Amino acid sequence: MYFPGGKTPDVSNKARTYTSIMQEQELRRDQRGVEDKMREKAKTGELKANGSDVTVQQKKKRRWDQAVEADANNQPTPKRRIDAPATPSQASWAETPGRIAPDATPGSAQTPGTVRHWAETPVHVSAGSMTPGREPTTPGHSGATPSGRRNRWDETPRGTGETPAHSGWAETPKANRAGEDKIEDTPSASVSKRRSRWDETPVTAGAMTPSMTPGAHTPGGGTPGGFTPGGAFTPGGATPSGFTPGGITPSGVTPIGNKAMQMATPTPGQLMAMTPEQMQAFNWQKEIDIRNRPLSDDDLDAMFPEGYKVLQPPAGYVPIRTPARKLMATPTPMMGGTPGFKMQGTPDHQANKDLVVDMQPKGNLPTLKPDDMQYFDKLLVDVDEESLTPEEQKDRKIMKFLLKIKNGTPPMRKAALRQITDKARELGAGPLFNQILPLLMSPTLEDQERHLLVKVIDRILYKLDDLVRPYVHKILVVIEPLLIDEDYYARVEGREIISNLAKAAGLATMISTMRPDIDNMDEYVRNTTARAFAVVASALGIPSLLPFLKAVCRSKKSWQARHTGIKIVQQISILMGCAVLPHLKSLVEIIRHGLQDEQQKVRTITALSLAALAEAATPYGIESFDTVLKPLWKGIRQFRGKGLAAFLKAIGYLIPLMDAEYANYYTREVMLILIREFQSPDEEMKKIVLKVVKQCCATDGVEPQYIKDEILPPFFKHFWNQRMALDRRNYRQLVDTTVEIANKVGAAEIINRVVDDLKDESEQYRKMVMETIEKVMANLGASDIDSRLEEQLIDGILYAFQEQTTEDVVMLNGFGVVVNSLAKRCKPYLPQICGTILWRLNNKSAKVRQQAADLISRIAVVMKTCQEEKLMGHLGVVLYEYLGEEYPEVLGSILGALKGIVNVIGMTKMTPPIKDLLPRLTPILKNRHEKVQENCIDLVGRIADRGSEFVPAREWMRICFELLELLKAHKKAIRRAAVNTFGYIAKAIGPHDVLATLLNNLKVQERQNRVCTTVAIAIVAETCSPFTVLPGLMNEYRVPELNVQNGVLKSLSFMFEYIGEMGKDYIYAVTGLLEDALMDRDLVHRQTAMYTIQHLALGVYGFDCEDALNHLLNYVWPNVFETSPHVVQAFMGAIEGMRLGLGSTRVLQYALQGLFHPARKVRDVYWKVYNTIYIGAEHAMVPAYPRMENDDRNTYMRYELDYVL
Amino acid sequence: MNDRYNIHSQLEHLQSKYIGTGHSDTTKWEWVTNQHRDSHSLFIAQHDMLSYFALSENESRARIKFNFLERMIQPCGPPPERMDTDD
Repeated sequence: MYFPGGKTPDVSNKARTYTSIMQEQELRRDQRGVEDKMREKAKTGELKANGSDVTVQQKKKRRWDQAVEADANNQPTPKRRIDAPATPSQASWAETPGRIAPDATPGSAQTPGTVRHWAETPVHVSAGSMTPGREPTTPGHSGATPSGRRNRWDETPRGTGETPAHSGWAETPKANRAGEDKIEDTPSASVSKRRSRWDETPVTAGAMTPSMTPGAHTPGGGTPGGFTPGGAFTPGGATPSGFTPGGITPSGVTPIGNKAMQMATPTPGQLMAMTPEQMQAFNWQKEIDIRNRPLSDDDLDAMFPEGYKVLQPPAGYVPIRTPARKLMATPTPMMGGTPGFKMQGTPDHQANKDLVVDMQPKGNLPTLKPDDMQYFDKLLVDVDEESLTPEEQKDRKIMKFLLKIKNGTPPMRKAALRQITDKARELGAGPLFNQILPLLMSPTLEDQERHLLVKVIDRILYKLDDLVRPYVHKILVVIEPLLIDEDYYARVEGREIISNLAKAAGLATMISTMRPDIDNMDEYVRNTTARAFAVVASALGIPSLLPFLKAVCRSKKSWQARHTGIKIVQQISILMGCAVLPHLKSLVEIIRHGLQDEQQKVRTITALSLAALAEAATPYGIESFDTVLKPLWKGIRQFRGKGLAAFLKAIGYLIPLMDAEYANYYTREVMLILIREFQSPDEEMKKIVLKVVKQCCATDGVEPQYIKDEILPPFFKHFWNQRMALDRRNYRQLVDTTVEIANKVGAAEIINRVVDDLKDESEQYRKMVMETIEKVMANLGASDIDSRLEEQLIDGILYAFQEQTTEDVVMLNGFGVVVNSLAKRCKPYLPQICGTILWRLNNKSAKVRQQAADLISRIAVVMKTCQEEKLMGHLGVVLYEYLGEEYPEVLGSILGALKGIVNVIGMTKMTPPIKDLLPRLTPILKNRHEKVQENCIDLVGRIADRGSEFVPAREWMRICFELLELLKAHKKAIRRAAVNTFGYIAKAIGPHDVLATLLNNLKVQERQNRVCTTVAIAIVAETCSPFTVLPGLMNEYRVPELNVQNGVLKSLSFMFEYIGEMGKDYIYAVTGLLEDALMDRDLVHRQTAMYTIQHLALGVYGFDCEDALNHLLNYVWPNVFETSPHVVQAFMGAIEGMRLGLGSTRVLQYALQGLFHPARKVRDVYWKVYNTIYIGAEHAMVPAYPRMENDDRNTYMRYELDYVL
Repeated sequence: MNDRYNIHSQLEHLQSKYIGTGHSDTTKWEWVTNQHRDSHSLFIAQHDMLSYFALSENESRARIKFNFLERMIQPCGPPPERMDTDD
């Protein structure tokens, strides 16, 4: 909740969050530490700029343009690939298909001399694997060419921040290169994605290491050979001018060395940086790449018969390359690597498969989502748990639990939640929160997942209890921002955690942890802290916090502390509502002095806190505020601007608490100021003034005459103008306040003043006027509106209605409400209104037509009251003619209007006559639009109910067929209306034909359709008496088809449910059928039959049908051992029915047989049956328990039962 | 649909919250003790029943009521020794 006058910072301001502030501070510390370390190393001489690399590079440099068959394996292995194994073996490079290995030399390493390989491998550029270094080798596929994929990169800049995305290789990676070097070195996705996470363990090794050895990355570290000719490693090289669509301008800098390398292989760390869509696309392309890879020698050997051999290419052969391509082919050596050039080796299958990281960890764990990678990637590595240290084992265990809770199935989640709770103390607070808290801060967390994690924290907090103390601050850092989240549920969950934390850690810890933040310079921190304290107060009780609050609010040290202290009080009252009442006096006392504080902000927040307290206390507790009344009233004369607004707000909330007499006095006092402030240009002030006026006018003590004389003239002068209608919040507030005033001074007074504005030129303003009139008239009716005003009103409304350019519901509602409240007095205007409607029904715009039709359905009742039946008949005919409407929304409204007219005018008087109307509706039933369907079926149902005799039976049958289609509808209301209509039709034309249609429909495949059909059959049976339906229905059971038989049984089940005790007449008739169904092999047969028996038994309770029921029970009972949930449920239902219909004694006798059966499985179910009847009929079983003989130790006899008098 | 499953799968758990319900390991002694308690509470609750027993035993109604209440503590005597067989 926000109080606009307050100093609450904007929630939506995500730029700086509490956590990020805390982390920035921490980061700065870290950075200093690292710098110190480097300085030390420099002193000891350990710090050097990878000198060995430089020499290697120089040696190899001249080779870059030669076509040498170099064995890559004998190349030096400089430590260029940070995340690669110590020796970046050939195999590991080959894992990336379509990527040129940066240490490659011309000529394939594996198949030297096979020129075939010069043909370019089709390479797909996929998000994660995109490296600037690779592009030059695939000119045809440079970033500029692929069409659709470019988009994706712009969309998700995160993670690829280092990749120069689609701008191609020619452009230097933007901000990083040109900017400071330090950031450049930590390009890992985690950084660019979420800066709040710097202090966490970096995920990819590559992300962090470089920053430790900055020497490797300074421009000087790269030798000239490392650059494309003409490239300059200066910010100038990064200018966009260097970029041409072809990506071949030589001025660009080819990203080299580590930078290029880092992006080379999609390691888990990089995969994590992809969005799920990217991930999917990446996997898909990987597969395509594998399928389209060039054939290797092995493949060819396998394909060709014996006797083929590989020819050497002619000596002079040089592959054709355009100059541009040659440029593109510039080697991309890594720093210190060979400036040579090499095609990638043909990727082999297996390596490719491994490349797509398996997202399913071993050991019955749920699949990881791409976003989970950074938290759970350790689980993907298969390790021997025994070899880990106890700490690592713990971490792994926690990780598994969390993954199960986050991504697992409900049972998995439940078990994991229980285990992590049980083991919470054993695992320890540290390891637990170290994993949970980062996870909870993840920006990609879904609501559901956050909820689950909050649940985890809740539970472990209970278990950890005081062990949590050292981590209170850490937890608060993460949770406090939740308190001001936009999402309501996030706020609630934040509160829940903090409240549990407070209970676990105790007040002292909470206070000492949060105390430093109370006078933090950052307003954001203070705000969240205040909210957290309010939660603590609600968890541990206000009294326990009072001494602390008192001290804080009186703090001499800084005004910030006082401000926060008072804000805590405000938050407490917002959070706890009327629960502050017992402590109201002390809370007011604590903050009272703030009204005279020398700091304006403190005064403001004090006034706002008083407003919040008063709001929470309404309507009690005025005596607690006695001491602040004087300073408040003094304040409103003293201050201006923001301070005044807060003071006015406080007064606005205090006045409703007062006695009528006082309220009157104080209102007059404050009204002078309010009227003065009416003209304030400040939006905030306007809102508060409106609110206070509303509160003042709602009080008993304020006389209508006073409002009329003093308030209304300036009020309308200053507020009722077009500008107020523009802002949504002003609009609302003004309408509310005006309606409140109208409640005091009467409808006519207000409507008189605004009615002319219905013809204002601003549409938004007209709308505001209309909404006010609508609300006033809905509240107060039209009794004090005289005939002149009535005329003006209708005139204005017609004008406003006709002049609207955007048809929305405000005008429609307003029109409807005014016409309905004027009721009979509308008669003279109805022709004019109908004229308007008719004219608009013919409008070109669909919206206008729809609105006109909607208006008809709203005023139909009034037309009837005014006895304008002729007019209605005319409207009916017109609407009838518009049934050819093509816009479904409009057609729906037209049908609705027809329904409105039919409802009030009756079937006999309806024009067009029903016999013409209905056949016109039949084809409309085919329309698939929900609104049309619903309105149409309602209308048809209405006619079937009331006027079926006007329509020939043949037509009704036709409609029956159409109705079957409607049983498929998604909307339940439509299906229900359709099913009910079957009942009406059956009543009208007799059940036989309808029944035949419905029984046929039982053969359809679709389940929902069949279910609806069975319901319809049951309804037909109910409306036309079962005996008309039952023979046909039972006959249908003889059809040897599963669905039909089940449908019949289901219809019976519904039927017996609907007919209740009428079932006594039919129980003997259906017993045979049920017998047969209960002996069927098909489970569903038995299940449905048991449901039927349940309803049947309940219906015949008390009608002496025990013989039949007992007979049926004998067939039901063998199902006692069924395990399918539906059947179990049906069986228990039948037993419960029998308990009632047959009596608990008989059912007990059945159950007794198995209570002490040697087999546990038997005992289990029998006890369940026993418990069911025991709970249902405990006392009724007392006479029925079996007789037990005593043994030498116990007396089991109930002797009292043997007494005979 | 799912809800109904759940309610049903919890049926046993729900039932177990009531005193007097049993399960597959309920012993004869426990079961009969509950029967006795149910019977006595019924006898006490029903005015006519109580009068009938009072007449039969030639005691006052209050005495019978008191006896029944007392008897509800261990209506069948002490529980049998637990046998040390783990099934």
